Amino acid sequence: WILRCRSLPVAATRSYYADKVARLGSQPDKQSSEYQENYERMTVLIDELKSRTEKIKLGGGEKARRLHTSRGKLLPRERIDRLLDPGAPFLEFSQFAAYELYGKEEVPAGGIITGIGRVSGVECVIVANDATVKGGTYYPVTVKKHLRAQEIAQQNHLPCIYLVDSGGANLPRQADVFPDRDHFGRIFYNQARLSSEGLSQIAVVMGSCTAGGAYVPAMADESIIVRKQGTIFLGGPPLVKAATGEEVSAEDLGGADLHCKKSGVTDHYALDDNHALHLARKAVRSLNYRKNIDVTTEPTEAPLYPADELYGIVGDNLKRNFDVREVIARIVDGSKFDEFKAFYGDTLVTGFSRIFGYPVGIIGNNGVLFSESAKKGTHFIELCCQRNIPLIFLQNITGFMVGREYEAGGIAKDGAKMVTAVACANVPKMTVIIGGSYGAGNYGMCGRAYSPRFLYMWPNSRISVMGGEQAATVLATITKDQKAREGKEFTAEQEAAMKAPIVRRFEEEGSPYYSSARLWDDGIIDPADTRLVLGLSLSAALNAPTKKTRFGVFRM
Amino acid sequence: QVCVLSCQGVGRIEKVLIANRGEIACRVMRTAKKMGVRSVAVYSDADRDSMHVAMADEAYHIGPPPSQQSYLSMEKVLEVAKQSGSHAVHPGYGFLSENTEFAEACKQEGIIFIGPPSSAIRDMGIKSTSKHIMSAAGVPIIGGYHGEDQSNERLQAEAAQIGFPVMIKAVRGGGGKGMRIARSDTDFLEQLESARREARKSFNDDVMLVEKFVEDPRHVEVQVFGDMHGNAVYLFERDCSVQRRHQKIIEEAPGPDISAEVRRKLGEAAVKAAKAVNYVGAGTVEFIMDAQHNFYFMEMNTRLQVEHPVSEMITGTDLVEWQLRVAAGERLPLLQDDIILSGHSFEARIYAEDPNNDFLPGAGPLLHLSTPPADQHTRIETGVREGDEVSAHYDPMIAKLVVWGEDRSAALKKLRYCLRQYNIVGLNTNIDFLLSLSGHPEFEAGNVTTSFIPQHYADLFPAPTAPSGATICQAALGLVLQERKDTQEPFSPFGSSSGWRSNIQFHRNMTLQVGEKKVDVVVVYNKDGSYSMQIGAEAYHVTGEVEEEGGASFLHCSVNGVKSRPKLVILDNTVHLFSTEGSSEVSVPVPKYLAGVSGSGAQGGAVAPMTGTIEKVLVKVGDKVAVGDALMVMIAMKMEHTIRAPKSGVIKKVFFSEGSQANRHAALVELEEEVEEGKGGEGEGSSK
Repeated sequence: WILRCRSLPVAATRSYYADKVARLGSQPDKQSSEYQENYERMTVLIDELKSRTEKIKLGGGEKARRLHTSRGKLLPRERIDRLLDPGAPFLEFSQFAAYELYGKEEVPAGGIITGIGRVSGVECVIVANDATVKGGTYYPVTVKKHLRAQEIAQQNHLPCIYLVDSGGANLPRQADVFPDRDHFGRIFYNQARLSSEGLSQIAVVMGSCTAGGAYVPAMADESIIVRKQGTIFLGGPPLVKAATGEEVSAEDLGGADLHCKKSGVTDHYALDDNHALHLARKAVRSLNYRKNIDVTTEPTEAPLYPADELYGIVGDNLKRNFDVREVIARIVDGSKFDEFKAFYGDTLVTGFSRIFGYPVGIIGNNGVLFSESAKKGTHFIELCCQRNIPLIFLQNITGFMVGREYEAGGIAKDGAKMVTAVACANVPKMTVIIGGSYGAGNYGMCGRAYSPRFLYMWPNSRISVMGGEQAATVLATITKDQKAREGKEFTAEQEAAMKAPIVRRFEEEGSPYYSSARLWDDGIIDPADTRLVLGLSLSAALNAPTKKTRFGVFRM
Repeated sequence: QVCVLSCQGVGRIEKVLIANRGEIACRVMRTAKKMGVRSVAVYSDADRDSMHVAMADEAYHIGPPPSQQSYLSMEKVLEVAKQSGSHAVHPGYGFLSENTEFAEACKQEGIIFIGPPSSAIRDMGIKSTSKHIMSAAGVPIIGGYHGEDQSNERLQAEAAQIGFPVMIKAVRGGGGKGMRIARSDTDFLEQLESARREARKSFNDDVMLVEKFVEDPRHVEVQVFGDMHGNAVYLFERDCSVQRRHQKIIEEAPGPDISAEVRRKLGEAAVKAAKAVNYVGAGTVEFIMDAQHNFYFMEMNTRLQVEHPVSEMITGTDLVEWQLRVAAGERLPLLQDDIILSGHSFEARIYAEDPNNDFLPGAGPLLHLSTPPADQHTRIETGVREGDEVSAHYDPMIAKLVVWGEDRSAALKKLRYCLRQYNIVGLNTNIDFLLSLSGHPEFEAGNVTTSFIPQHYADLFPAPTAPSGATICQAALGLVLQERKDTQEPFSPFGSSSGWRSNIQFHRNMTLQVGEKKVDVVVVYNKDGSYSMQIGAEAYHVTGEVEEEGGASFLHCSVNGVKSRPKLVILDNTVHLFSTEGSSEVSVPVPKYLAGVSGSGAQGGAVAPMTGTIEKVLVKVGDKVAVGDALMVMIAMKMEHTIRAPKSGVIKKVFFSEGSQANRHAALVELEEEVEEGKGGEGEGSSK
């Protein structure tokens, strides 16, 4: 293995007795009906999540997979497994991309697998087309997922490896794929820009790279092609025939022999998929890449409590309250948490901890946000930026407090302070939506619009501008008022009939699957995996040097 | 002679040159150190970094690897003896140990030769002379003809008189060379001619003797010791019956099932023999013994024998110390009545050889070497360490494992226990063979003869059994744990090698090479750090850790709840497991794309099976060859080896020319395989 040096030595553990930190968390009463019900219902959600993912894992239909493997090709997930260091974990993103998004058309994982994994000891972003899904063509979500992977590479300074096996843009949907800024062309724009930032772009051509797709290997720093399998051309044989009448086979037009021996479009010649992946690993080894992390590290320590207790503590009923500290206790090293401003603005919990030895500042919700909570959050974000400590947001928020008293107290400007701080903070930010994510609370707690490096959702979570019930009530009240002005009656039955579809719609659109299908997040995770997912995300994020934070104007 | 030496006075040996190498050189140095005697080593080019050189207080280079130009060169050895100011030369065994001229030359230079007087060496070196002397001294000898008349007619007539079967032996012979058995009058002449031919080639002398051939005899020898003051004692007998290629491989003392009376008779006969030639120092009188325990003098070895440690173990002596003392003119430390036989001792010789290929001697690197821990009752006599090379130039013995026990069965149990802990990777050894030999019921019963191996051949070479599923799981676990160690780093969970996948189970398809077969193992990485493995229809639950202990790695593992701790050695792409049940080997097939470039033997191009000289090159660049076509002929370990094409294809390069030297596992040719269409991935893999 490659010896990887670090710029900072391990901080000596100064474990003076008097410095011992009180451990967070408590033993739940596992016999209580609430715990048991929560546990059971969360388990149902987890089972659903896993069975759905296992299905997505298969990619295209059985027939497509058989055809693919009969050609001696590896399935895309096998390709990734063999590209990675043996047995290394893979932080996969947006498994539910395109989930129930294109009506009857199933596009598992959006036809593209993306994630971060270690290759020859280097954390890399991997983008792999799944040719068993619609020939690996790019649907609008496929493009979005590809671009998001490149964005992750850019934000976290990670080299990219593209395992290309794609028929290019999905022609029937070309209008939603081709023309706009964040469409197909952006992939190559990103490749150029990433390369210019010193982030290596490596392409492995394991299937077709037609038309625009040809630019993936062509724009790469280094490219590998598989003999009698990979092809690269701007126009395929049918197009050539139509344009010039020339008849030529795909292999002669753009195969490995042509591109390695004549055109020079590709650099390395592979005998098969395994060989190509072996060459890709060697290419990464030659990057001379060193990860320098500029935070202190401490020996890692497992939390004191089993992670699956989160199921019983949190459950699936968003109306039920739980103490976010119990969640923190099951995520951080040794369940140690140095709480900041514990007695002030206590609907927001803030404090310092470590995850896999990396320092983190954690902000978690324990109820609706008041002015004090928002100000406390702002203060804490300032501290973390000052100290270069990554921020973790555990989002479970119904919003900021409403009402005359609070508006008069300036909740809007205090909320704005927190939103400003979150928006401007340049330390790595990571968000996990562990419950509700509603309204401006989403903003203050670093929702997608606030560019967290990574955003994950728990399967019990919900995201929408407000709760379905509230939305329905608001709309019903408006209608009722309107009807009253018109002198019409609005019966309770009418009201119920009006509210039901609204509630249903909010329920559907607020689902994490709905969100994940559209890439509003980076994936739905098992709560029990949260610590590991955050650890992997932190490890990836720390590849990038942190830029100094400059805050905007805080309205006082 | 006695006078010359005693004039030099007692205690004059303060510096001794050891004119030998390997384990015996180390053995002598160990005692020299203990006695405060400085040691001087000599070494050839091949032994520059050898253990005996490292152990010596001084070491001198004496020439190129071939022993004729180094360890057998009297001039060079004597030169070093003078240059280093050594008082004495210990010749060990082999090389110059029974060379009269050398013993004389030492005397001329005023250097003590640690061994008997040259006259005794000479007398005992010629078989016919030695028998005359013994016969005259009243030592029982076997009927035979040792006459001058070497005509076919005379020899045949003598044979008929002795009675068939007879043994035809070269007078100057040894080590089984120039030796034939004639079972009847009709095949006598043919065997005689064959024996002469071999003797001429080996010793440049074809004088033959004929003697009675004892069917299935035992080989029993007596350790004797004499001093310059006329004392001679015996240190009881050793049984060295079990032999392969006429060479000893397992020895024990005392001889099994020998009565006290026979023992005393043997000892007294041996002392008589020693006294008959005014013997000084350590010697061995060899007898053959028939089923009725009648014994006949065969020959006397005028040196310290390889198997001397078993005699030391049962008498509590250090024979090298005795040699040094006696050579310095001291009296024997013990007289006959003080020498008490206690317990039983075995010695097993561990050789680099291939028992499955007629014990073909081998050579090569000791990539992994771990031994049982040495203690008061367990001796590891060796001259090599892990990483050393067993040189093709010298004897391929790696070590002698010597154990002692209260009685024969205790010692035998100990021997087997220790053999299992003697683990070597890098070359073929006879360890597994020694285990099946020492575990044979007939051996356990002490029913040993020189025909033991041919008689029990089928039992001693059981058909190899394929490793069990559990063993394959252990190997897979070993590989996975090794990867875990290699990818680990203190912080990032990316280095955890946990096989974690978000929301999905990670299945890893491993293909392992088990003997000739490829076995698919599906490994599932469980959350709790255990592994579920599937081989065909069998499912296994596997956990484990690698623990370091005494320089070796042990796989503490549990397969379906059965715990074990085999020794684990992973070299290149091969996992070696050594457990108390035996050893097994499982490897990761080298992918096709690497086979062409790497030196990995088995599946790659044609490689040298051992270090040797290329005798003939049968192909040239551009030739098309089919599987099994002969590519080259090489000579290694005095044997011809034909190297054949492992696959069909076209010769791209020939790396060696005739007469050049190829190292073990060196690629001999580059072979480009004919392209196969649409062949899928191979090797080691992953998820489903």
